[in-house]
Amino acid sequence: MGIEIRGVNKNFGDFVALQDIDLSIPSGQLTALLGPSGGGKSTLLRIIAGLESADSGTIEIEGLDATGLPAQKRNVGFVFQHYAAFKHMTVEKNVAFGLEIRKKPKDEVKRRVAELLRLVHLEQFSHRLPAQLSGGQRQRMALARALAIEPSVLLLDEPFGALDAKVRKELREWLRRLHDEVHVTTVFVTHDQEEALEVADSLVVINEGRIEQIGTPDDLYDRPASEFVLSFLGPVTRLGDSLIRPHDIDFTRYEHAATTSGRITRWTRVGFEIRLEVTPDDTLHPDPVQVIVTRTEATALQLHEGAQVWLRPRAGAEAVVS
Amino acid sequence: MRQPRTAGTYLRRLIVVGYLFLLVIWPVALVVHKTFEGGLDNLQTALSDPVVTDALQLTVVVALWAVAINTVFGVGISLLLVRYEFRGRGVLSALIDLPLSVSPVVVGLALLLAYGGNNGTFGPALEDAGLQIAFATPGIVMATAFVSLPLVIREIVPVLHEIGTEQEQAATSLGAGPWQTFWRITLPSIKWALVYGVVLSLARALGEFGAVKIVSGNVAQQTQTATLVVEQKYQDFEQGSAYATSFLLALIAVAALVVVTILRPKDDLDGD
Amino acid sequence: MTVDAPSLAPGAARRRRARSSGGTSLTRSSGLGLGVALTWFSLLVLIPLSLVVIQSIDGGWETFRQTLTNPQTAAALRLTVTQALIVTAINVVMGTLIAWVLVRDDFPGKRVLEVVIDIPFALPTIVAGLVLLSLYGPDSPLGVNVANTERSVFLALLFVTLPFVVRTVQPVLMELDRDVEEAAASLGAGRFTTLRRIILPSLAPAITAGAALSFARGISEYGSLVLLSGNLPLKTEVASVRILTYIENGNDAAAASVATILLLVALAAIVLLQVISSWVARRG
Repeated sequence: MGIEIRGVNKNFGDFVALQDIDLSIPSGQLTALLGPSGGGKSTLLRIIAGLESADSGTIEIEGLDATGLPAQKRNVGFVFQHYAAFKHMTVEKNVAFGLEIRKKPKDEVKRRVAELLRLVHLEQFSHRLPAQLSGGQRQRMALARALAIEPSVLLLDEPFGALDAKVRKELREWLRRLHDEVHVTTVFVTHDQEEALEVADSLVVINEGRIEQIGTPDDLYDRPASEFVLSFLGPVTRLGDSLIRPHDIDFTRYEHAATTSGRITRWTRVGFEIRLEVTPDDTLHPDPVQVIVTRTEATALQLHEGAQVWLRPRAGAEAVVS
Repeated sequence: MRQPRTAGTYLRRLIVVGYLFLLVIWPVALVVHKTFEGGLDNLQTALSDPVVTDALQLTVVVALWAVAINTVFGVGISLLLVRYEFRGRGVLSALIDLPLSVSPVVVGLALLLAYGGNNGTFGPALEDAGLQIAFATPGIVMATAFVSLPLVIREIVPVLHEIGTEQEQAATSLGAGPWQTFWRITLPSIKWALVYGVVLSLARALGEFGAVKIVSGNVAQQTQTATLVVEQKYQDFEQGSAYATSFLLALIAVAALVVVTILRPKDDLDGD
Repeated sequence: MTVDAPSLAPGAARRRRARSSGGTSLTRSSGLGLGVALTWFSLLVLIPLSLVVIQSIDGGWETFRQTLTNPQTAAALRLTVTQALIVTAINVVMGTLIAWVLVRDDFPGKRVLEVVIDIPFALPTIVAGLVLLSLYGPDSPLGVNVANTERSVFLALLFVTLPFVVRTVQPVLMELDRDVEEAAASLGAGRFTTLRRIILPSLAPAITAGAALSFARGISEYGSLVLLSGNLPLKTEVASVRILTYIENGNDAAAASVATILLLVALAAIVLLQVISSWVARRG
């Protein structure tokens, strides 16, 4: 159940957008398709919605073969990055659109719309036009509009991509809470790893038209299947022969086995964080290593620019040997 | 933000206003003035002349037909050009503008060569089938539709590009079929551009002269349109009637234009 | 060395979007619609215009040559093209200036001027001739009588082509980023330099497009000249009038020859327009 994608391929001319995609998205969960722009994740979402057709492969939505079904018959809710608000309709009319298309009785439409506007906190804006709303409000309206048709799945294409950082953060917390209330199978596309890690139950990392890894946020962060996944989910630095996260590096003041020695050559303070660059003495690996420590750690270790230090991976840290 | 006003600002303003005053405003005002020189006499004479009233009636009928055809055709072809991919789209989109640059006289000649009753390519066959095009109303409608063909399209196409396809896709994902999407989403979005295009077409259709002169045969009370009456009355030294008919034609065209300019929202498409 | 999240490639995203929003392929019903539209367009425009060209070739090269070397026809073509060129040149200057004032200046009555710009377009051409005759004809209150002279052709063309450059330049001027001008000014460019180096290059495609339209309209004008120019052979007769005379004399081949010349010039103007707009599209 949920969404079953089998053997999906899609090309745009000579550009391969998706290659042999097999994916099961479980019912009732919030799944993020994560990857760099142009990697094919939006195309996959649009193929699920029927807005784009796959060159080959099948799509099943909640047990129903949707492969040949036109978008208007798939009963999916779709939320667009740039809201796709119907500009000539009020908020109320926007939300009611899908219900009116389905010829629902007037009082039922009215009741549903009121309910949804309450859900997205837009009750007092019901008679406004989209142009009179802020970006965040427009996107909440678009969400209510998509939810109105009681979709079997809810698809969101970079839903917060056009919003500024603060609103984006608010909205994704709100989306998480909303999903906990509504429990509709939800897939959202994002290129922001922080957003995906924070909101999703499971992540699908897509790059260059292929699935790199599928798993929970913890799986992906702690046990990345490839260098790409490791580097996409957060900052990475090279320590000796392996890649490691800069905050997973320990300092010692004295030489031990399996440590890298070097000198602190750059010191940048950002709030509670201190970002350091350590230039190794080892001439085989002369590239500076990035290390992040908190201010208190730095004080305790008496670190300063120019100090001689020894580095080693922190206990329990994941590193990928390359 | 506006630039500070300098002497240059006033000089430019003066040149522009002066130019437009001499080229357009004053001459138009003079025609209006001449129409009403003898009070409403000119208008009354013109409107009680069956040659004038028949011509006005024919012009209105022809213009309505031509505009109706151009509206349906224009909306259809604009959607095809903007929303679909097919071979020859670029060529078609360039050819669509052709009628704007073709001399009305050439339009008349072309239609005669195709549909003329005696020596046109299709004319004789069509007349045998009982359909007379040249020197009859269908020919006048075609000539009028020809010259005003691109006007609706030119207004709609940029707006269709501008609104993009997201709203239409959203409607589709909400369950709307192609017709529902067109009536509920696309048409309301291009409404003002369409109205403006229709008004421009109407103005052009009411005023067509050269093409109609050749195709219609210019027979008073039968195939003579209002613009042809203006020419005839002026040359027959019935200048009062000529001015009055001109005034009526100009009134309809300019009034439609003014109404739309006033009604049309300044910021039709607001960005996000 | 830090490997940050792989840099977002907006180029790739844009490429993908450009591909997917370029339009869908035809469905059965839209294909049918295209068929109907093309049939109508062919019957109304393409076939009749082709017949004009065929007719002109049909008479053989000799008819074509004879027609064009006929002194009266040659004079008419020369007059038409010369006057259309002069008028277009004036429109380039005045049209841009008018667009500038309409966009950048603000004064009471500006909206009236907006409507005034459209009047030459809305007015029936025969009425346009009558209108000009009232101020520049025999009864001119200014004492300027251009009727039946070459000047009348010039004046009529100037009137009917007024909106073209204004209406193509205006929207571009509105879109023009003020920031760029301010940046130029902040870099020490004087107002004239800013105009020449920053503003005019951005307006150039729109001006050219307007000029092409205005020229095409100019060479094809007929209605406004009927009452004003007197259609004096070798003096004020333009190409369209020549065609009409040939038609009235039943000389379709000669009419078609002159018409073909006009069509070719119009086509050239359209191709120019197309080249310009694709050039603009490429520059973004």
